[in-house]
Formats: sequence, structure tokens, C-alpha cells
Amino acid sequence: MSETSFSDTAAGNGAAAEAMVDVRSVSRTFHRGRTPVPVLKDLSLRMEKGEFLALMGPSGSGKSTLLNLIAGLDRPTGGEVIVGGSEIHRLSERKLAGWRARNIGFVFQFSNLLGALSAERNVAVPLLLTSFSARERRRRVDIALEIVGLSERGKHRPRELSGGEQQRVGIARALVNDPMLLVCDEPTGDLDRTTSGEILDLLAALNRDHGKTILMVTHDPVAAERASRTLHLEDGRLAECGHDGTIVMPTHEPAGAAV
Amino acid sequence: MSSFTLISAALRRKKTRTFLTFSSVVFAFLIFGVLSMLQTAFSMGAEIANEDRLVVRHRVSLFQLLPQSYEADMEEIPGVVDAMHMTWFGGVYQDPSNFFMQSPVEPAEYLDMYPEILIPDEAKLRWIETRNGAIVGRALVERLGWEVGDRIPIQPTIWRQQGRGDDAWEFELVGIYDSDVEGFDQTQFLFRYDFFDEARSFGRGQVGWFMVRIADPDRAPEIAAAIDATFQNSAAETKSESEGAFAAGFANQVGNLGLIVTSILAAVFFTILLVAGNTMAQSVRERIGEIGLLKALGFTGARVQRLVLMESVTMVTTAGFLGMVLAVGLERVLRPALAAYFPGLFLRPQDLLLGLGLAVVTGLVVGIFPARRAMRLETALALRRL
Repeated sequence: MSETSFSDTAAGNGAAAEAMVDVRSVSRTFHRGRTPVPVLKDLSLRMEKGEFLALMGPSGSGKSTLLNLIAGLDRPTGGEVIVGGSEIHRLSERKLAGWRARNIGFVFQFSNLLGALSAERNVAVPLLLTSFSARERRRRVDIALEIVGLSERGKHRPRELSGGEQQRVGIARALVNDPMLLVCDEPTGDLDRTTSGEILDLLAALNRDHGKTILMVTHDPVAAERASRTLHLEDGRLAECGHDGTIVMPTHEPAGAAV
Repeated sequence: MSSFTLISAALRRKKTRTFLTFSSVVFAFLIFGVLSMLQTAFSMGAEIANEDRLVVRHRVSLFQLLPQSYEADMEEIPGVVDAMHMTWFGGVYQDPSNFFMQSPVEPAEYLDMYPEILIPDEAKLRWIETRNGAIVGRALVERLGWEVGDRIPIQPTIWRQQGRGDDAWEFELVGIYDSDVEGFDQTQFLFRYDFFDEARSFGRGQVGWFMVRIADPDRAPEIAAAIDATFQNSAAETKSESEGAFAAGFANQVGNLGLIVTSILAAVFFTILLVAGNTMAQSVRERIGEIGLLKALGFTGARVQRLVLMESVTMVTTAGFLGMVLAVGLERVLRPALAAYFPGLFLRPQDLLLGLGLAVVTGLVVGIFPARRAMRLETALALRRL
């Protein structure tokens, strides 16, 4: 039987309840010309290790901005972002890039594979930033492709794969460095209902069987149902969603209280 | 898999555009190679000129004659080791298109003056024994299919024979010379001055120019001035200069080749900068999302900059290398075919190195602005273009 994890540390859903993501009183303001446009205002969020969290909200509510802050792609205007114990808002650009390479796996709406490279080479791109031997790289690519169920399609170019398969390759690329956090920005936004279901099954399995902590931004309530917890972002404030779709706004909590 | 895999993938992204840009760079460097060859061919005389030789000609022009007696006067001037004379014969062999230089010389003096000439001793001996004997460079012999012993008629255009009207001069080919100096003219037709001087219908005792060997090349300007001073205010004043300056002046009669070649190359490379620069800029513009993805995956701005720069350098250097290889191939074809017309037509190693250096620099210049743009892209903004 072949390996299906990168290290011995892969765990199931029973991971200890320690904070993977701790966002404290974060604000993010953009500028349109000289006009400041606040997108996130004094927002706090705590996400436990091994959690599968869905983040919903209308367009322009700041979902992607919050995702970018947590993934180390952007910096807050104020507040703190602590991921996996690292205060990433304090890291330099260069250190932040290295931190992303080691700790974050990205899954985007479009798989964005390099068309000239085979699936396995696309998966291997993040490994260019590591000092792994060629053999170890090969092993990791094989495992990642096996996890997403594409072991037999490694030599195929993206144009020879279906949309769902391309997204699976994108997920394998996100997994190949064995990151502690998977951030998924509308991972099923470009897929039909059946294929979306398959991708969501895969993400759920990664969370359940491989202990991956997953933060997923989505517009799709069906997709959000697969998460263990759903948060709703509106007007820069977070609210918990019930499984029946009801939104519970933390009206009595002080500003900045963690959800 | 290495960074080169990403570079290769980027170049293969728009194959047609890459191919067209690549081809234009290949042709630019082929033009560079060909023009370098031509420049070498025209400047070879000056380059292989011996520093210890001076050329003394009539002050008015090369075609005005000087008294042969000047030779003895010059040999008296301090610093002059030896002097010998040559004369432009300007005859035609069969057809005016068969152009080659012919000159009457004193055999022993000529061979002393030009140690670059390699000729067997028996050929030298035959030349001295045969009054109408001539020695010819190997390139000319091969071009015209002559053999030692052939009798060669040369139709006069200047120097007619006394009492023989337009009759051809008849020479006997007694030897073939070679040279171990790259680019040395192997298309000369050299015959005996005594035979020429006795038979010509006019101008007896007059010669075209002198070659003067001096003891110390550092004193060349001083000795040249002394020679000119010796014949100042005579009926035939002289102009003396180093062999290199004379050859360069002769080549420049065609025009300032260096300037012409440099101007053409500047235009070609400016165009290449625009063409390849536009390709790279467009390529980066189209890949903003992809670059954002790489940065999201952990590639630093500096690393992304290096990737784009390497992409540009790889494309231009590979194309430049191929262009120079084609130029070398062309040289292999043209050199033997044109050796009798352009003895110095070849691609010098320093020109090859210059071409490759130019390719690397062009690649860097072409890539630097798109690379900096890629480096500065904000990851989160770039990802919106996915």
C-alpha cells in the first residue's frame, strides 16, 4: 500500500483545540485616491487547529481581504494576525514569502495551472522553494497526486484534464509542502454542481483524514455546509451561522471580540 | 525540475510570438556576424600591417610615380634598414572581372621585406633565373586554376611594351606562395622589375611606391618625417606613413567602414531592443495573475525578478548564440569561395565573444523593466487577475 501522507504527524479530526489562527482586533483600510475605504474594522477571529471553517458574505464584505491577511498575502492596517504561533504581521516581505511557502496551501477559484507543464510538474512548483532532494520531491508529488486521486494523470497537461481534475491538481499543488493551513478562495466557484461536490468531498476528507486545517471563502451555502463551522462577514463584522442558515450576530459582544 | 522548467514554460506559453521574436534576434546576430566579417576583411590590411614597415608614396597620390633612385637615398637615412619598391601594373587577365593586384618587384628584396611569405627555395631560385617569371598567391592560383609552368598573358592597361602596341605581357608561373599570417593577401601576382623596366614603353626608372623597413617602430613618425624632408622641394615629393595607416587609408577610400558598420548594428540592435522588449513586457502583462500565484506560493519578489530576467536572457542569448553559429556556418561557406577577393573575410574569435557578450547584455536590458515590474507586483492585487 502506498503512502498517503507526507509525515507521521498527519492526524484526524481529533486534534487538540489549540489556535491555528488568531486574528486580534484587525482593521484593513484601502485608499481610493485620497479617500480611505475601511474594509475590515476591529475584527477578531479564532480558528482551532484541525478546523474546517467556511467564510461567507456578500461581495465586497471583505472575505478575500481577511483570507489574504490570514494567508500572509496582505498586511493589516491595525491589529495582530497570529497563525500557527507566528506573528505574521511583524514579518518582513522576504520572511513572509518563506513562511507562506512552508505553512500555507492555496486553492483558488480557477486552478491556474501552468499550461506548458504536466500535472506533476505543476504540483512540484512549490517544491522549487525547498531544499528537498529530487527523490523526496518525487515522493511528495506522488503522494499529493494520490491524495487527490490523480496518480494516473500526472503526465497529462492541464488542457488534457477536465475542470474538476484541474482543480484537483491545484489542490495537490497546495498540499505538496504539507502546509498547516489550507486557504481556499471560492474553490468550487468555477465548477458544476457534481464536480463541486467531488471537490468538497476531497476537502472534507483532507480535513477529516489528514487533519488539515481549512479556511474556505465561499458564496455557496451548499459548500459552506461541508465545513465544521461557518462565519458570515458583513459590514466588516463577523457572525456565526447556524446549520439551518440562521445568522447569529454578536450584538452584545464588545467590538473586536473573537468569534 | 528546476527554475529553468518555469522559464521554459513561460517561453512556450505563446509559441508563435516567442518564435518570431527569437527569429528576429537570430537574424540580428547573423547580421552582426556578417558585418563583423566584412569589417575584418576591409581592415585586415591595417591589422596585420607590420609595425616596422613604412610606405612611401608620391605626395599627390598613389598613382603618381617616384624615381627608383629614391631607394638608395632612403637607405642612407638613419634608422632605415632596407627599402624596396613596387608599382601598380593594373593589367587584365582574360576578363576585367578577374581583378587581382600585379606588381613588378626585386625578388630578393621583396622576400626579405615580407617574411610572411612562404615559398619553397626551388621556386625562389626559378624566379631569380627566369626573366619573365612570376610568383602568385595560392588563393589566386586556386581561383583561376593555374599551375606552375603555365604561361600567363596579361593585357596591359597602363604599361605597354616597347614597340609591341597592345600585345599582352607573357609571364611564366614559377612559384606559388602561401602565408602563415591569417588574412595575408594571397592574391598577388608578382614579377621581376628588371624584366618590366626594360620592356615598358615609358616611365623607365620610375616606380609606384616604396616599402621601407625601419629598425625601431617607436621612431616611425620621426623617420617618416625624415624621409619626406629628404625629398622636399624635389620634383616628386613624398608622403610617408606606417603600413597600418596606409592600409587603413586605402580601406577608407570605400568609406568609413567602421562608422557604417557601427551605425547599421546600432539600428539593428535598437530595433531588437524594441521587439524583444515589447515581447517581454507583453508576456509579463499577460502573466500578472500567474506571477501573483508564484508569489503566493512563496516566491520572493527578488526571485520572481530573477526568473523574468533569466527568461529574457535565455531567449536572447540562445537566439544570439544561434545567430553567431549561423554566421560561423556562413563564414565556412563564404571564406573559401571569396578568399581570392576578400582574403581577410573571416569571423575573429574576439568578434564571436563580443557577439555573445552583446547577447547577454541585450537580454538583460530587454528583461530588466518587465522583471522589476514583476518584482514590485502586489501579490493580493495580482491574484485578482487570476
